Amino acid sequence: MASPVPFDYSDRVLKPGYTSCLGCGEALAMRIVAQAAGKNTIFTACTGCSEIFTSRYPTSSWAAPWLHSLFENSAAIASGVYYALKHKGKLDGVQVIATGGDGGTADIGLQCLSGAAERGDDMLYCCWDNEAYMNTGIQRSSLTPFNAATTTSPSGKVSWGNDRPKKDLPAIMAAHNIPYVGVGSCGYYRELPRMVKKALSYHGPKYLQVHAVCPLGWRSAPAKSCELARLAFETGCYPLYEIIEGETIAHKPPKDGWKPVEEYLKPQGRYRHLFRAADGEMQITRIQALAAGNLRKFYGDDAVPDFAKEAEQKAAEADTAQTTA
Amino acid sequence: MAEQQILEGAMAVAHAVSRCRPEVVAAYPITPQTHISEELSQIVADGDLDAEFVKVESEFGAASVILGASAAGARAYTATSSQGLLLMSEVLWNIAGMRLPVVLACANRSLSAPLSIWCDHQDAEAIRDCGIIQFYAEDNQEACDQHLIAYKVAEDRRVLLPAMVNLDGFLLTHVFEPTIIPDQAKADQYLPPYEAAMKLDVNDPATFGAFTEPDKCMEGRWMVHDACRRSLPVIEEASADFEKIFGRPSGGLLEEYHTDDADIILVAKGSLCGTIKDVVDVMRGEGTKVGLMRIKTYRPWPNEAVLRCLKNAKHVAVIERGASFGAGGVMTPEIKETLFDAGLAIPVSGYCVQLGGREVPPDGIREIVDRAAKGEKQTAYEYFRLKTEILPDLVPGA
Repeated sequence: MASPVPFDYSDRVLKPGYTSCLGCGEALAMRIVAQAAGKNTIFTACTGCSEIFTSRYPTSSWAAPWLHSLFENSAAIASGVYYALKHKGKLDGVQVIATGGDGGTADIGLQCLSGAAERGDDMLYCCWDNEAYMNTGIQRSSLTPFNAATTTSPSGKVSWGNDRPKKDLPAIMAAHNIPYVGVGSCGYYRELPRMVKKALSYHGPKYLQVHAVCPLGWRSAPAKSCELARLAFETGCYPLYEIIEGETIAHKPPKDGWKPVEEYLKPQGRYRHLFRAADGEMQITRIQALAAGNLRKFYGDDAVPDFAKEAEQKAAEADTAQTTA
Repeated sequence: MAEQQILEGAMAVAHAVSRCRPEVVAAYPITPQTHISEELSQIVADGDLDAEFVKVESEFGAASVILGASAAGARAYTATSSQGLLLMSEVLWNIAGMRLPVVLACANRSLSAPLSIWCDHQDAEAIRDCGIIQFYAEDNQEACDQHLIAYKVAEDRRVLLPAMVNLDGFLLTHVFEPTIIPDQAKADQYLPPYEAAMKLDVNDPATFGAFTEPDKCMEGRWMVHDACRRSLPVIEEASADFEKIFGRPSGGLLEEYHTDDADIILVAKGSLCGTIKDVVDVMRGEGTKVGLMRIKTYRPWPNEAVLRCLKNAKHVAVIERGASFGAGGVMTPEIKETLFDAGLAIPVSGYCVQLGGREVPPDGIREIVDRAAKGEKQTAYEYFRLKTEILPDLVPGA
């Protein structure tokens, strides 16, 4: 029997053999981003899943130089690398990419990230947004979506899970007047290389946020990660877009039209409580209303489907009733 | 030959740092350090130092930026004080563990609360155990010189550790003294350009900051301890080299001031030693056999040198600007450990003479010597001349 043709991994920037979970959206996104950036890149990382699954001493999955320091300083150490290279005149053809999870980026690392962006440091910051602190066991971050259950925003008799919508971090980064802000998805992995190359074509700070499915934290089927990530976009729950030199360009709408949010929520254990409780429907309606707002923002009012507008109205009525009661 | 100039301590330090040719400087304002970073940024702005001055958003950012710069092979510098040092502390432990030879200055200042901008050593002592080499200056000249020595030692391939120069906030940073700024040619001779043993390089990729399992982590941490211990002879060597090139002694582990025949040896570090030396001189004139052991290198702890200096004393009195709340002193137990391990039962008394900038007049030092001379046995670390009468005023409603 002929032996199977081996895959050629010699050009891989992130080599196979890392120990991420099956169906890890972060690993997929990181591999593609790293490959698009190429080996002439110095990467920095936050403490978190990606650091753990690629850098277990004495092994490393990185074929490019890679630096991890702490949870919250990926952007600042990347700044240090950038200034050292700048001083030594070694930036020609070499780029710096800082990476972090949603907690390391939007919460504990936001100060360092804002500092780097405000200073105009020439780097791309990539946030792998799996919407909770997954490495420490699925705790809520400021990028955890509304009504998702995590171990610190659990559902219960008087709780529907996380009671706040996601922080609009891409808008915060855009407010730094940086040349490129991108929101991509591990489900649209073919788009990612283009986004990375576009971002890297600009001088200065760039921000790329990648929606990254976490089957462990979302309690979803590992084989369905990409499908689920696409549903996040197709339901309006996770809009994909770029803000290039101030101009917003939204990802083209799905061919078959926008879908109801249930299609995205139902396959995920983190939303299971909404489908089990008798009055959970209203909470799904609220998520649908948030999705409607997303669609209106990026595609205009005409693009918002009727079922989404109805949900908005119901949610508004419920809010009024609550306020007057 | 470089000439003496009358300079403010912080200014002098900034110019000494520029002679070290740091490639990346990141600093954030905090009193009483700020004049160092202000002057450095001016030196860079005037084109007198070719360096990247990174305007960071916090001391945490400053420490992180110099970590990244050092990992990428650049000579890096920061300066801070007090709360700033504590905000850096998470990064500083990491820098030491990653064996990155950055240098920083700490303009020693009290820690809040109550808020005080004035001097004590609790800030530096709070990061005592992280693996950073700690030097303490008595005067501004020494603070300047210790910066060159700090880089020399930190970057030595036998060491590869961060180093921190401590200079007392206000008492040194804001005081004008005649100071020699090291001549650039001599500084270059003493401190050649930094060549990293290992750095982030796309042509030779390496992974920095990996994680370890329990089967290897302790060994990795022990290597920091080992590097600290091994830096002791390197510090002596670097100090001897300094004297050869600059023609004046500086650096070293300890200063032994009239300790050879002393019955009573005082132990202290920092600018307070100037006052202590005056008292020693006066009391020597009166026939009291008293001396001072001044700690210049506090970490690594120069155990053998300390033992050699103290072993014939009849009484040792440690005079501190620090404390370990709920226990005793900070340096006092270390002196006791050194003596105890050598089987010496020399009585050791410990005094916290100053927190938050309280003045230590010579008569206070004299009182400590007198009590030692009387053979007074101390039962606990003493907060010296504590104003117990004002304590009720400080507790509302008590």
